[in-house]
Amino acid sequence: MALFLDGDLWFSFKHSPTAVLAAIIATVCIVCAVFANWIAPHNPFDLATLDLIDSRLPPAWLEGGSTKYLLGTDDQGRDILSALMYGSRISLLVGLASVALSVLIGVGLGLLSGFVGGSIDAFIMRVCDVMLSFPSILVALLIDGIGRALFPNAHDTLAFSVLVFAIALTGWVQYARTVRGSTMVERNKEYVQAARVIGVASWRVMFRHVLPNVLGPVLVLATIQIAGAIITEATLSFLGVGVPPTSPSLGTLIRIGQDFLFSGEWWITIFPGAMLVLIALSVNLLGDWLRDALNPRLR
Amino acid sequence: MLAFIIRRLVQAVIVMLTVAFIAFMLFQYVGDPVTNLLGQDATPEQRAQLRADLGLDAPFPIQFARFVGNAVRGEFGLSLRQGRTVSSLIVERFPATVELAMVAAVIALAAGIPMGVYAALRRGRFGSQLLMMVSLLGVSLPTFLIGILLILFFAVVLNILPSFGRGETVALGSWTTGWLTVDGWRHLVLPAITLSVFQLALIMRLVRAEMLEVLRTDYIKFARARGITDRSVYFGHALKNTLVPVITITGLQLGALIAFAIITETVFQWPGMGLLFIQAVQFADIPVMAAYLCLIALIFVLINLFVDLLYFAVDPRLRVERPAAAH
Amino acid sequence: MTAALLEVRHLRVEFPTRRGTLVALDDVSFDIAPGEILGVVGESGAGKSLTGASIIGLLEPPGRIASGEILLEGRRIDNLPPDAMRGIRGRQIGAIFQDPLTSLNPLYTVGRQLVETIRTHLPVSEAEARERAVALLRETGIPAAEARIDQYPHQFSGGMRQRVVIALALAAEPKLIVADEPTTALDVSIQAQIISLLKRLTRDHGAAVMLVTHDMGVIAEASDRVAVMYAGRVVEMGPVQDVIHRPAHPYTVGLMGSIPSMDGSRDRLLQIEGTMPRLNAIPAGCAFNPRCPRVFERCRRERPNLMTTGATRAACWLVGQATGAAA
Repeated sequence: MALFLDGDLWFSFKHSPTAVLAAIIATVCIVCAVFANWIAPHNPFDLATLDLIDSRLPPAWLEGGSTKYLLGTDDQGRDILSALMYGSRISLLVGLASVALSVLIGVGLGLLSGFVGGSIDAFIMRVCDVMLSFPSILVALLIDGIGRALFPNAHDTLAFSVLVFAIALTGWVQYARTVRGSTMVERNKEYVQAARVIGVASWRVMFRHVLPNVLGPVLVLATIQIAGAIITEATLSFLGVGVPPTSPSLGTLIRIGQDFLFSGEWWITIFPGAMLVLIALSVNLLGDWLRDALNPRLR
Repeated sequence: MLAFIIRRLVQAVIVMLTVAFIAFMLFQYVGDPVTNLLGQDATPEQRAQLRADLGLDAPFPIQFARFVGNAVRGEFGLSLRQGRTVSSLIVERFPATVELAMVAAVIALAAGIPMGVYAALRRGRFGSQLLMMVSLLGVSLPTFLIGILLILFFAVVLNILPSFGRGETVALGSWTTGWLTVDGWRHLVLPAITLSVFQLALIMRLVRAEMLEVLRTDYIKFARARGITDRSVYFGHALKNTLVPVITITGLQLGALIAFAIITETVFQWPGMGLLFIQAVQFADIPVMAAYLCLIALIFVLINLFVDLLYFAVDPRLRVERPAAAH
Repeated sequence: MTAALLEVRHLRVEFPTRRGTLVALDDVSFDIAPGEILGVVGESGAGKSLTGASIIGLLEPPGRIASGEILLEGRRIDNLPPDAMRGIRGRQIGAIFQDPLTSLNPLYTVGRQLVETIRTHLPVSEAEARERAVALLRETGIPAAEARIDQYPHQFSGGMRQRVVIALALAAEPKLIVADEPTTALDVSIQAQIISLLKRLTRDHGAAVMLVTHDMGVIAEASDRVAVMYAGRVVEMGPVQDVIHRPAHPYTVGLMGSIPSMDGSRDRLLQIEGTMPRLNAIPAGCAFNPRCPRVFERCRRERPNLMTTGATRAACWLVGQATGAAA
């Protein structure tokens, strides 16, 4: 892996203007989100700082706007720019957490399936097939809905966990398949049998050999899925069944803003939308570039 | 061939039973089945009566069988939120979603395939790079955002298209259609485009990727080596081979369209099954959720079956059971 | 002396890569007379297939012809516009590729592919074309041609498919056929059949053949003359019997020595030390000098051209020293 970074991969990165641009945009967004506390000009959730007089202000470059609220304010006087940063943080958090969980579940099940084989393998593969044929949004909605029905008065952490779990369940199948394939290839190799003879736990040996092999494809998959997870979360929040309203993500902001489209205050919904697109697009581009760069056939 | 059909039918039934099982679990254990069936305003006597009738002390398999029996007849009890039977709600909303999904599918295919072919043939040129970037945008933009942007542009700024509802519809028996009125079509335009964008981008990228793969094959090289005209090579040989795998994926996408309609219907307040489902999730309306689940599963299974049969018709390699004897 | 059908003069093919330009073919020259079979032999990567691809104008980008000429019946074909080149492919120059499994479009019947090829080049009706196609299939030894013409490629066995491929290559009556490893993918028992078929048909139709292969046995069996290629260069050329029995170039000597002999006249198979150099590491002077058992100082400095020795020509300073004159 280290060899990769030194040679072809970095070369390909340097020479791909889209990849570099995407990386820059993604970094900016991430920095904004992570350091929102320090960078954001206001705290939109601190009710004490809100002033209704400042509500519904347009962005600074339009008439009526002020530089105090660069991107305008919503109907409660919250600064849109700051809401963007805080919202991105939530979106990114949920996105990353669900992909991480996806990878864990998928890689775990894939290893199990490939190593143990037999009926467990067949069963897991069946489940994969069925899950693949269902659109992710439906799965996420279903889990979310069941969660709500089971825990009607859930507090925030539980709601977040259910959300992350729901999104994670939509994406694990790809990892499981890839890892299973590699595991089955390795399982038949002689060193596994040799290890068994010596008495070393063969699974431990396999671990050390299978995982490095699958790291590449899993990484590509994960990068591409992060964008998907972020969008799924935004969609769920937009539909009103995502993050709790006390911690609005970009999707929540867009939903709130839609009501103000017809009264002309387009900025309340458009800027969160633009931020979402920037994040998703840059991550998608990075994933695309990574996939092409790691594809042995294109080199 | 008959064996194949029977095998697929058996698989279909298994999938449906599994889904029914999940729906049944929802019904029984998430929330109260009696409430699910009777609604929230039932009296204690009605509840006790129903309990006895339902035989809720009956063994699990019998309850499940009863559930399946009811499901097959479309009987899912009462919606917790609206107090009406779930089946009547679904029947009422079904046409709206179907019409929307079909128009969106047509748009996605009619635009996606030619664009994909163009992007493959003119690879590297500016037009094709542009198309690829636009398609990337299509995949990165969440559907609801596309809807909002369209509303902003066409309804708010230009004010030429409506932004919610279905408009004027005509009732044909129990099916209400928006296809017979101009107003209906005006209301259909924005939601259909919104719904189609994601699929369009997907189809376009798929067709392009497949076509590029096909163009690299030996038989295309051999066709070129025989001096076959470019047009025949691209639109005869290459396109036909490209479309075969595209058919399966597109068919499956059709099912996804119906599910994605959930989002579009929410943005445009389109009175379809998707909107019904979302409201059910918000409200934890289990009977509606369970019914929607079973219906979607049925649609998926039927579409899959149809696509498999289509594959048979298109790819001659699948038709012959035994290869011809050697030499 | 009849005029040559195909003349390749100082052909140089380059591949620009991001690490510099690779020279895949370096000053390759040879002639093919009408009706003769020229074998082109060498290890994998020696440039045999690239030569064939350049001749039919299907060199894959980024590869390109950097300099040199290819003449068909005295006219240049390497610099023709794509449409003109397409007219030549199939009609003047046909091609056969290695893998019959992937050379045929699986979705079209054999008959359709034949008729399409015939009608692209010859002004005949559909019915006439079909008759010709059936006749061609019969000629290539496919039984029940009338019936099998409407079958799909997957319904033929490997050897049968290669016969179909040969029929397709001959369909428009070309004067030259470039056959790239036509038997490599076939069972050994079938190989002899296909080779003799190729010989017979090309003689009957009056076509010359450029037979590219790494199998010396095929060369011995089928060719009139042979050209030995190494690292993108022609190192020896001459009538096949002379090259086989009295090889002049040390590489050719090594090749002949490595062929197992049925009559047990060899105790051990000779092995040539080392491997063919990669394109980005071709030695100065004679490309074979690091592996040559008879190398001397001049070999490392100057690159030898083809020089006459007896009936053959070899690119070796051993020959040059003896005669002192270039070919």
